[in-house]
Amino acid sequence: MDAEHSVDDSQVLLEQVNRALANATPLLIQGSNSKAFLGRAVAGEVLDTRSHRGIVSYDPTELVITVRAGTPLAELSATLAAAGQMLPCEPPSFGPGATVGGMVATGLSGPRRPWSGSVRDFVLGTRVITGLGKHLRFGGEVMKNVAGYDLSRLLTGSYGCLGLITEVSLKVLPKPRRCFSVSLEMDRARALENLARWGQQPLPVSAACHDGQRLHLRLEGGEGSVAAAHERLGGEALDPGFWNDLNEQQLAFFDVGPPLWRLSVPNNSGALDLPGAQLVDWAGAQLWLKSDADAGVIRAIAQKAGGHATCYSHGLIDSPFQPLPAALLRYHRQLKAQLDPQGIFNPGRMYAEF
Amino acid sequence: MNILYDERVDGYLPAVDKDSLLQALQQRLPDLDLLHQEEDLKPYECDGLSAYRTTPMLVALPRTVEQVQGLLELCHQRRVPVVARGAGTGLSGGALPLEKGVLLVMARFNRILHIDPAARSARVQPGVRNLAISQAAAATGLYYAPDPSSQIACSIGGNVAENAGGVHCLKYGLTVHNLLRVEILTVEGEHLSLGSDALDAPGFDLLALFTGSEGMLGIITEVTVKLLPRPQVAKVLLAAFDCVEKAGLAVARIIAEGIIPAGLEMMDNLAIRAAEDFIHAGYPVDAQAILLCELDGVEADVHDDCERVRRVLLLAGATEVRLARDEAERVRFWAGRKNAFPAVGRLSPDYYCMDGTIPRRALPAVLKEIATLAGEYGLRVANVFHAGDGNMHPLILFDANQPGELDRAEALGGKILELCVKVGGSITGEHGVGREKINQMCAQFNSDELTLFHGVKAAFDPRGLLNPGKNIPTLQRCAEFGAMHVHMGQLPFPELERF
Repeated sequence: MDAEHSVDDSQVLLEQVNRALANATPLLIQGSNSKAFLGRAVAGEVLDTRSHRGIVSYDPTELVITVRAGTPLAELSATLAAAGQMLPCEPPSFGPGATVGGMVATGLSGPRRPWSGSVRDFVLGTRVITGLGKHLRFGGEVMKNVAGYDLSRLLTGSYGCLGLITEVSLKVLPKPRRCFSVSLEMDRARALENLARWGQQPLPVSAACHDGQRLHLRLEGGEGSVAAAHERLGGEALDPGFWNDLNEQQLAFFDVGPPLWRLSVPNNSGALDLPGAQLVDWAGAQLWLKSDADAGVIRAIAQKAGGHATCYSHGLIDSPFQPLPAALLRYHRQLKAQLDPQGIFNPGRMYAEF
Repeated sequence: MNILYDERVDGYLPAVDKDSLLQALQQRLPDLDLLHQEEDLKPYECDGLSAYRTTPMLVALPRTVEQVQGLLELCHQRRVPVVARGAGTGLSGGALPLEKGVLLVMARFNRILHIDPAARSARVQPGVRNLAISQAAAATGLYYAPDPSSQIACSIGGNVAENAGGVHCLKYGLTVHNLLRVEILTVEGEHLSLGSDALDAPGFDLLALFTGSEGMLGIITEVTVKLLPRPQVAKVLLAAFDCVEKAGLAVARIIAEGIIPAGLEMMDNLAIRAAEDFIHAGYPVDAQAILLCELDGVEADVHDDCERVRRVLLLAGATEVRLARDEAERVRFWAGRKNAFPAVGRLSPDYYCMDGTIPRRALPAVLKEIATLAGEYGLRVANVFHAGDGNMHPLILFDANQPGELDRAEALGGKILELCVKVGGSITGEHGVGREKINQMCAQFNSDELTLFHGVKAAFDPRGLLNPGKNIPTLQRCAEFGAMHVHMGQLPFPELERF
């Protein structure tokens, strides 16, 4: 918690928002721009959150950390690691300067997500500058808090469209005592069958990815459970760096080629026949697809399986997020109209309609 | 200020002609069961917070989603408020009816629609009891983790509406962490599906927003929950302490050791003695505090963790540490804690259960201050505490037959909640705001924050017909509460000594 890295710049951010409100100027909220490729392009005056940074409070025995939005994600991770703790949802960085604000605004989680929960599951409270020009606080620094509506979790994953997140309190957990990764040769269908079966047993699996030929598993827990699971499942040792490469899209699969799609599907979907190369993550609940196929084709497959598809290749299509049913879209617009009546925060980032 | 709906500060409700509404409902929905006679309405006048009672104008007991839809459409047209109710076990008056409103009872939606072991999910109707889900899934080795102490009776729809917790939240999360999808009807009777069978859904996280929204944003008609594999083993350690501070320190040390217990509960001396008298759990009645620490998971890990925790507890100054020898003793240790409320109920004609949360480090100071306040108000307080996640349940003992005691209990309760806010906590961890804590919301949130909450409400229910008067206070109410608050310390009990 270096003092020079800890700056409360919220007043300046609030002034910028109030100027934007006065002049009806749309704002493009950004940290390091590491996740700018997600969603639609926004035309607006840049609001850079990175001046508002630093860890506000952290007491490892409370399992809660409070961080300003402009703090580098790397600084958050290093601070937690120094106390033997972690953010279990493993948010990806997608770039060296990724910020905590971007993590919360996109709500993206890594390989541990099906077992640990997502970013929103660890968000306990936020401070936010609203479309009415106020700096407000919702939720808090306690694990359980059901006073009022859960604005903090609503803001998580809303891509800055409902307000400017300035600070966030997160639940954190101790790192597991033992972590061991293995790789087993088996085809996709067989891997998904096994994962569905293992998922019903108390096995210490914390990541599961199938690359087309091999099933990669991460086992985490106490020494006893990890050793027992390894003995039972067998397989060759896998370099644990694999999981970071998967999370940061550094595996060869993600190298240039056809557009990249993310399909989020029910975990019992089985092996789906997709129009292109696929990589299975989240034990089958998240599929990465490289495909030139039409968005409609890909979305129909995802929807038929009970899920949805997001285009990760920026600018390829006008609606990178799966279009919403009409009724749901109407309530999104009404919510946006209430929280950001002038529509100044990241207009159109998620959907053209708001 | 009366706790019952007060149009002066809670907002005007249009007068509804009961007979004409009844007739219209009967005509439109001839198969819908409606209660409208005084004696039939009586059983519905309160939920689990029985100190507050209002007779509803009408009670509707639908069996189909179409009936709920028809009722909502008609009520919306006629501007009739609708209060939803599940099993009626809520402790904050969230399902307290309105004289000018319809009470929509969802209890008959009690079917488990599908248990899918491969997907590790259960799709159920909202009136299904919490425990019934785990019972139905038991054969598959799976269970539904959140376990509020009312789990034998409370309904899953109510759990979602309140974001219910339980004793295993630190490790397994609240209701919001264990949901995949809910189906809702808006106030206009329009169907929306929130969340999905996948782990996320496009758009804003309305599933999270609706969880804990206390029936203010929509009516839940179906819920899909996540199921987890039942842990192989669970073991419980009981530790006794000669002062509360040491017990608090022990909790922090367990966490610092990198261990996340499945449950971590603390009880103070009054609660220990009450529970022991009632359940004979084998608690040490001389202890100033006990900790119950449950560790679950794979056998080898649990064995190691039990040893680690035992060491930590002794180092933190426990006078005694006992590991439940067998399942029967484990169940007995828990029975004392799970029956702490009724046990305390035996000490006193009435008790009032609070639900504040605090950062754990504030525990010793908060307990000391509660004792001071209790002395000032001339009432006894027993403390049970979800120590793992900072959720306190002070139980205020009083006798409603003694003039003024209920008022004093309420005033003391209010003070305790404000104390929670002051140390950085919240007025409610898991019971909800409902009607009970509507005034304390004014202490936790400023008028700009409340205004934003009203904006959220307006996005889904612009006429304010769903559960009016609950969860979010009007600014008028807060203005009045603030004014009253100033002389609260002086006026009601001038005879009492203050510290």
